[in-house]
Amino acid sequence: MAAAKLMDFDKALELFEPVLGFEVHVELSTKTKMFSDAPNFFGGEPNTNITPVDLGLPGSLPVVNGEAVRYSISLGLALGCSIAPSSRFARKNYFYPDLAKNYQISQFDEPIAFGGSVDVELPDGRMFTVPIERAHMEEDAGKLTHVGGATGRIQGAEYSLVDYNRAGVPLVEIVTDIIYGAEADAPELAKAYVATIRDIVVALGISEARMERGNLRCDANISLRPRTAPGEPPAPLGTRTETKNVNSLRSVERAIRYEIQRQAQILADGGTITQETRHWHEDTGTTSAGRPKSDADDYRYFPEPDLLPVVPSAELIEELRAALPEPPAARRRRLKQEWGFTDLEFQDVQNAGLLVEVTSTVEAGAPPAAARKWWSGEISRIANARSAEPASLVSPADVAALVTLIDSGALNDRLARQVLEGVIDGEGTPQEVVDARGLAVVSDDGALIAAIDEALAAQPDVLAKIKDGKVQAAGAVIGAVMKAMRGQADAARVRELVLERAAAD
Amino acid sequence: MARHDHELVRLSAAALAEKLSSGEISAVEATDAHLDRIAAVDEEVHAFLHTAPELSRRTAAAIDERRRAGEVLHPLAGVPIAVKDVIVTNDMPTTSGSKILEGWVPPYDATVMTKLRAAGLVPIGKTNMDEFAMGSSTEHSAYGPTHNPWDLERIPGGSGGGSAAAVASFEAPLALGSDTGGSIRQPAHVTGTVGVKPTYGGVSRYGAIALASSLDQIGPVSRTVLDSALLHDVIGGHDPRDSTSLTDEWPSMADAVRRGDVKGLKIGVIKELDGDGFQAGVLERFREALDLLAANGAEIVDVSLPSLEYAIAAYYLIMPAEASSNLAKFDSVRFGLRVNPPGGGTVEDVMAATREVGFGAEAKRRIILGTYALSAGYYDAYYGSAQKVRTLVQRDFAAAFAGVDVLVSPTAPTTAFKLGANTGDPMAMYLNDIATIPANLAGIPGISLPVGLAREDGLPVGIQFLAPAREDARLYGVGGALERMLEQKWGHTLISQAPDLAPGEMNAAQEGAV
Amino acid sequence: MSEITQEQVAHLANLARIALTPEEIESLTSELGSIVDNVAKVSEVATADVPATSHPIPLQNVYRDDVPGATLTTEQALAGAPDHDGSRFRVTAILGEEQ
Repeated sequence: MAAAKLMDFDKALELFEPVLGFEVHVELSTKTKMFSDAPNFFGGEPNTNITPVDLGLPGSLPVVNGEAVRYSISLGLALGCSIAPSSRFARKNYFYPDLAKNYQISQFDEPIAFGGSVDVELPDGRMFTVPIERAHMEEDAGKLTHVGGATGRIQGAEYSLVDYNRAGVPLVEIVTDIIYGAEADAPELAKAYVATIRDIVVALGISEARMERGNLRCDANISLRPRTAPGEPPAPLGTRTETKNVNSLRSVERAIRYEIQRQAQILADGGTITQETRHWHEDTGTTSAGRPKSDADDYRYFPEPDLLPVVPSAELIEELRAALPEPPAARRRRLKQEWGFTDLEFQDVQNAGLLVEVTSTVEAGAPPAAARKWWSGEISRIANARSAEPASLVSPADVAALVTLIDSGALNDRLARQVLEGVIDGEGTPQEVVDARGLAVVSDDGALIAAIDEALAAQPDVLAKIKDGKVQAAGAVIGAVMKAMRGQADAARVRELVLERAAAD
Repeated sequence: MARHDHELVRLSAAALAEKLSSGEISAVEATDAHLDRIAAVDEEVHAFLHTAPELSRRTAAAIDERRRAGEVLHPLAGVPIAVKDVIVTNDMPTTSGSKILEGWVPPYDATVMTKLRAAGLVPIGKTNMDEFAMGSSTEHSAYGPTHNPWDLERIPGGSGGGSAAAVASFEAPLALGSDTGGSIRQPAHVTGTVGVKPTYGGVSRYGAIALASSLDQIGPVSRTVLDSALLHDVIGGHDPRDSTSLTDEWPSMADAVRRGDVKGLKIGVIKELDGDGFQAGVLERFREALDLLAANGAEIVDVSLPSLEYAIAAYYLIMPAEASSNLAKFDSVRFGLRVNPPGGGTVEDVMAATREVGFGAEAKRRIILGTYALSAGYYDAYYGSAQKVRTLVQRDFAAAFAGVDVLVSPTAPTTAFKLGANTGDPMAMYLNDIATIPANLAGIPGISLPVGLAREDGLPVGIQFLAPAREDARLYGVGGALERMLEQKWGHTLISQAPDLAPGEMNAAQEGAV
Repeated sequence: MSEITQEQVAHLANLARIALTPEEIESLTSELGSIVDNVAKVSEVATADVPATSHPIPLQNVYRDDVPGATLTTEQALAGAPDHDGSRFRVTAILGEEQ
């Protein structure tokens, strides 16, 4: 496929106003699925976490997971939504091999939560309020693997294999209202919005929210509206596209930017936008055309006759409201203060999408500054090199353990970087990597003193300088000792000992 | 075949259960007698799609073993039962009468099967039915029609014609049916047997292959009212696997039959189901039964349910709409038939080819109708309006039950018609259900029991009683009482008048038989 | 008379994934027309003030505890499948896009 022509972003913004909308799917981390008592766990051997219900076997019937309903209400409240006094499940009918019943149990005209808003902080600290239309409960589909053909993609595959382990995993779909006014911030807003949703569900403890695993998925709707002269009525909304498969925060931002530039170029060239789904390709940073919207999208929704209305009591709603965690914006202000970060430091963490990781690392026992240093530094560097999300490489608990090893003097920074690589490469916990690779610093003073005495003896001129009070001259000796110890020594301790030995000599 | 066997198969389930409990006969003997009977007559009747003689005998032998070991068993333990093929069984194929499920053995049991097995009943086979329970004659079965034991040229009713014919021809004393718009009661009517549609939610639907989820209900099929009650007591009750299952504590239906008395009972005759379109012989027997009830102390009043005029229309929108969605799962991916179109094709082509070949004409008709009723631009006028009619029908029933204890009508407009008589005219076929459909729309219980033979054709006529939701016991009371009065008046059971299907083997003693 | 056309029936058959033959489409068009003529009368009494009933017995808040139960074995799951690779169900190539 020929690469699409892209208009310069600033130029696109001069000519058009971007209009956004997001559908974010959140997989809930309940113990069982939405409508069956199969464990809510996928990955692992295919077709093992399934019951007759998940397989849509004839005669099987769904039963609602009460915990999933409570999670959904909590999420609705955290999104500032009203909770419907009565909501219903509905069947969305369409045929697809990963959909066991060939209908998805979802909610249609009576979602559990509606009419909220989320305050989202832009990279420069400005707040933007994203209006939430609704949040509704539904079930996930199974997973298809396309076999044959060149790419492993659906096009050109000879056949496909279906694993229903994911079928029936509880989802909440959060749908925004139409978002106006994002202007040139649109890409950053998109990313900040999804990050905020992620922060909310993590704080609620209702989802693992790992985008790379599909726990959190974003479909981004975008259209462009031509600008009109002041005083003229606004132009009608443009045709929108829906970009799917956007599986990282970075991709959300890139996909929106790409679609703005692509659509702007088409419109400027006198073309028209096709209403269609588009697929985001992480590798090329582009989108490609998917299925056009058509009258085939007649989902024939009707109330699910196998399930009853969800009518939460006012007591339940108030109980869940009282248990809500702090809203993300307030929480960020508090954390920034508690951690003693500067505005810039905090924004760096936040813009890198590392707030959750740093928080968890601090909770696991690491000092905030060290947690920030590792996540924003070495881990992000490796993530970038590997085109991965930092969070997918290493767990906060491991980072905290690493920091503890450094603080105890067992590792220096250089060794710690090696240990980190070992952890990322799956060699185990930091301590396990230290043990397996023999990376601990030499803390035996005897061995260090022997090396120091040898180095001092080899460099009598340096020894003389130190004795003369030129302490900085010790660097040469320290370097020699570190080299002799193959780096596995605590440089600070070596320095201490060098000065001691020099004085004692 | 031993003479003894002919007597056994003519026993009611209650009488058979007594002989089993007393040790007079064994469960294996009871099972063998019915398997022999099936072997003798089912070629003509074709009530069964599948039997598993060895499996049934093993089940029966295990019951006998437990009884010999002194275990206290359920009163019905060892009694054979036929199971409508709409109900999934983990040890016998389950097809719902469709080619698309030919040979499918489910990896799980329906809740009613779990309950039957726990009580020690012996499943002896799966009975024929209209494909996916869509029909009133079993002529829409993919495996050929069942024949009415009273006249093999005639329909046994539907969709549960197999279960009704099985009990009517003494192949089983008990059977399970399912009733979406009359599929238990109308076959009972045309075969001179008893069938009950319980209150919606009274019996678990888990494992019943859904036709229309908000209308379907599993229920008992038998030759006597007491037998249905005994079976109802086994299969009824709450099931956490069915969200629509009621949590009520239910009274014993069998006790209700034994205590049944119509003295002082206020019975409302549904005016809309007593006249136009009903066969003269059906109405004649119906009125005689009303007279008998009145003579025994019941108060008979006329009641009008004006919305019934719209009930069939509402039903033929709601049922196909739900069915079109319920039957979407038959797509050749996880179970059942797969048909590859000539020259191969995409999975979409394979699904469409499979469904074209695997579904019969009536299933396709209803799927297309249901798809239409739900599709964009038509939902409000059709499905939405039908759901409103449902409210009106419920209101009519509520108003009627404010003044009477039970409602009554003939179960169906005509006696059994000839096979093939209505297959060319779907709408005429649909009108068979005019008296039974309202109960499904309203979720209320209904019973059909025989009240005699129509004068013009000598074929059975059934009467239907309806009660408010959750008042199933009331139906068993009035049904049991009327059955006693009729048999006292006749001096015999109605089913004993059925023609002899296997004259060579029949000369059974009548004592204790039904 | 109802307004149902053959094009409409063909469209419905496509939504319902049934490869109807032209003969079936023709006969279903007329049968459906007559059925729809008979059932359309529901709208006569379905006025705005009448609420819809979707469940015959009104219940609400029917929930399951969040406790895992028994699952099928892969063997059980695949036993009835027309085609599989030993652990997954196999289907022929998919025309459409990912949903």
